[in-house]
Amino acid sequence: GVGRTALLLLAAYRTDEGQPWVLPVVKKVEQMIANDNSLNHEYLPILGLPEFRANASRIALGDDSPAIKENRIGSVQSLGGTGALRIGAEFLRRWYNGNNNTATPVYISAPSWENHNSVFVDAGFKDIRTYHYWDAAKRGLDLQGLLDDMEKAPEFSIFILHACAHNPTGTDPTPDQWKQIAAVMKRRFLFPFFDSAYQGFASGSLDKDAWAVRYFVSEGFELFCAQSFSKNFGLYNERVGNLTVVGKDADNVQRVLSQMEKIVRTTWSNPPSQGARIVATTLSSPQLFAEWKDNVKTMADRVLLMRSELRSRLESLGTPGTWNHITEQIGMFSFTGLNPKQVEYMIKEKHIYLMASGRINMCGLTTKNLDYVAKSIHEAVTKIQ
Amino acid sequence: SSWWSHVEMGPPDPILGVTEAFKRDTNSKKMNLGVGAYRDDNGKPYVLNCVRKAEAMIASKKMDKEYLPIGGLADFTRASAELALGENSEAFKSGRYVTVQGISGTGSLRIGANFLQRFFKSSRDVYLPKPSWGNHTPIFRDAGLQLQAYRYYDPKTCSLDFSGAMDDISKIPEKSIILLHACAHNPTGVDPRQEQWKELAAMVKKRNLLVYFDMAYQGFASGDINRDAWAVRYFIEQGINVILSQSYAKNMGLYGERAGAFTVICSDAEEAKRVESQLKILIRPMYSNPPLNGARIASLILNTPDLRKEWLVEVKGMADRIISMRTQLVSNLKKEGSSHNWQHITDQIGMFCFTGLKPEQVERLIKEFSIYMTKDGRISVAGVTSGNVGYLAHAIHQVTK
Repeated sequence: GVGRTALLLLAAYRTDEGQPWVLPVVKKVEQMIANDNSLNHEYLPILGLPEFRANASRIALGDDSPAIKENRIGSVQSLGGTGALRIGAEFLRRWYNGNNNTATPVYISAPSWENHNSVFVDAGFKDIRTYHYWDAAKRGLDLQGLLDDMEKAPEFSIFILHACAHNPTGTDPTPDQWKQIAAVMKRRFLFPFFDSAYQGFASGSLDKDAWAVRYFVSEGFELFCAQSFSKNFGLYNERVGNLTVVGKDADNVQRVLSQMEKIVRTTWSNPPSQGARIVATTLSSPQLFAEWKDNVKTMADRVLLMRSELRSRLESLGTPGTWNHITEQIGMFSFTGLNPKQVEYMIKEKHIYLMASGRINMCGLTTKNLDYVAKSIHEAVTKIQ
Repeated sequence: SSWWSHVEMGPPDPILGVTEAFKRDTNSKKMNLGVGAYRDDNGKPYVLNCVRKAEAMIASKKMDKEYLPIGGLADFTRASAELALGENSEAFKSGRYVTVQGISGTGSLRIGANFLQRFFKSSRDVYLPKPSWGNHTPIFRDAGLQLQAYRYYDPKTCSLDFSGAMDDISKIPEKSIILLHACAHNPTGVDPRQEQWKELAAMVKKRNLLVYFDMAYQGFASGDINRDAWAVRYFIEQGINVILSQSYAKNMGLYGERAGAFTVICSDAEEAKRVESQLKILIRPMYSNPPLNGARIASLILNTPDLRKEWLVEVKGMADRIISMRTQLVSNLKKEGSSHNWQHITDQIGMFCFTGLKPEQVERLIKEFSIYMTKDGRISVAGVTSGNVGYLAHAIHQVTK
């Protein structure tokens, strides 16, 4: 029956009733847009809605960002985080480390979102590598492995970094660890390409979730940050994303944007208007912005609650192993540590659907199914080795 | 120093440049004939009534915002295929096609271009008509293909160089890719007549070419969706398995919502499934899945009988206004006393018109009359109204007499 299945696969937020959630502030703004007869469906500029672009980048970099003050940032409205990654990748392939240098190594974390690889391959890069990230034995970050890979990487290599709420492990570097990472990257001339799909959604705080990106900016890096508003605005199907470019100065950024335009023009010409309008309207109104932050915190808090509830149940059941990683990990996903056989048991015997990697979407947990999921994990771990 | 020191400034967009200069002009009589979007008789953007109704219906339904499938909204893609192919089409009824939602015309063209680069191993060459939409070349080039051309527009007559086209196409190497504008050729407005389409179909069949139709103006050209899709449907009936890009930017006024579709006509439904799986593999690393809003509006309109009826009336209204402006421009030129033959203005069809004006004449129109168009003499008839058509005729006469 329905109560006995749990879909822990989807990469979308669910309420405690297991339903999708259209943010109240989004509903409000959509109504405002629907009632505004002065609006039409004309083309946006190639780089997108100006009010969206400026606000979106401001969200990532912070109101007091030195880069914004110094007018050395640029923004490209994109189709979701994926679109932002792809435009950034296409630009890097054409203009980074020489002209059309397809041999520049691109490093992606092991593991990572499975689409990262395809984005860079399809953008033309020939040398895609992984960097150590997940330590399965200790169920945490393999910092030493990561730093070693960065030391050994050829100069000018591109590194895809998850800004927060690493997908799929939920394991982020601490601020101190980020500092170590930044130091190596600076010394070795490695290019930081941040993927920020969960700002606000991870900890409940926009600023906290943007700490790594902002730290790199403060350390003087030129970088890209692909932002998604799919999760933190719940605007999944409107494809709202933004590629933030931080450069050395306004002149460089201006030339970069002019070339971004050429790439956008042959990919989608100009981006979709509806989702960007919703986000721009929300971010530029102090009241709506406050409401949005509140909605985001609601989602983040529910996930945090499910994490602590699942962990406490597993510990109460005496499930073999340690389960603190459930609450130490952050964001939508958790790498439970279940092996493929145990995962198979969960799916076949308990009708709980999760990834073969043991990744679960915490949003699939509800107060109604917590007990069942905890018991099932307990069974899987004790019965199957 | 910066990673980007060597990055060149991209060339300014020529059409954008026209609009920028227009905006700066303080002449109250100024006209922007570079705009590629429909304007009503007051020169204003036009949101279709059927679109407003569809939007109201959508707002009342309070739907969620979950991701669409990679291939897009199924109701939309199916209705899109039916609109292009016709409900009685054997290809449509048998299901030997795949249609995926694309990001308006550009995105749909690009999906197709990427698909050809990956799976069409017979040739790297795409043959475009001379001239073609400015963005065709960079789209195919960025997808990794090469561009060639076939004669199309005859500047001496401002009409189709049919014998030139047939001659060039007869020499295209077999199994090359040929792009055809289904209707309302952009930028010239010059379309083949039906008898000419028949000969073109026979020729491409003889040369065994892969036909890529770009249909951005179905309904918007003649006012009749079936008439505008005639060439596409005829080719398919002749056994030519075309690929097709559609846009709803103009015919539904959904410009910024980016509603479009890419279709591959296949041998059978099983092949269509395999093609679909590969299209999804191409789309996922581009933008994962498409935006919902425009597709949902278009889908509601196409699939709701009352809304569809209303749409057909409105798209005919837009086409009729354009046709009427063409007629008025020609009659006004006659009234001005122009002795030139302006018949091409009414022979041509769709949003754009290749006036035949030379760069120096265009320059004078801009400088002396504040009438803005691109250097090739192309005007967007959508920018002409009953209020300014007289002024336009007067100005054109002044620079051509």
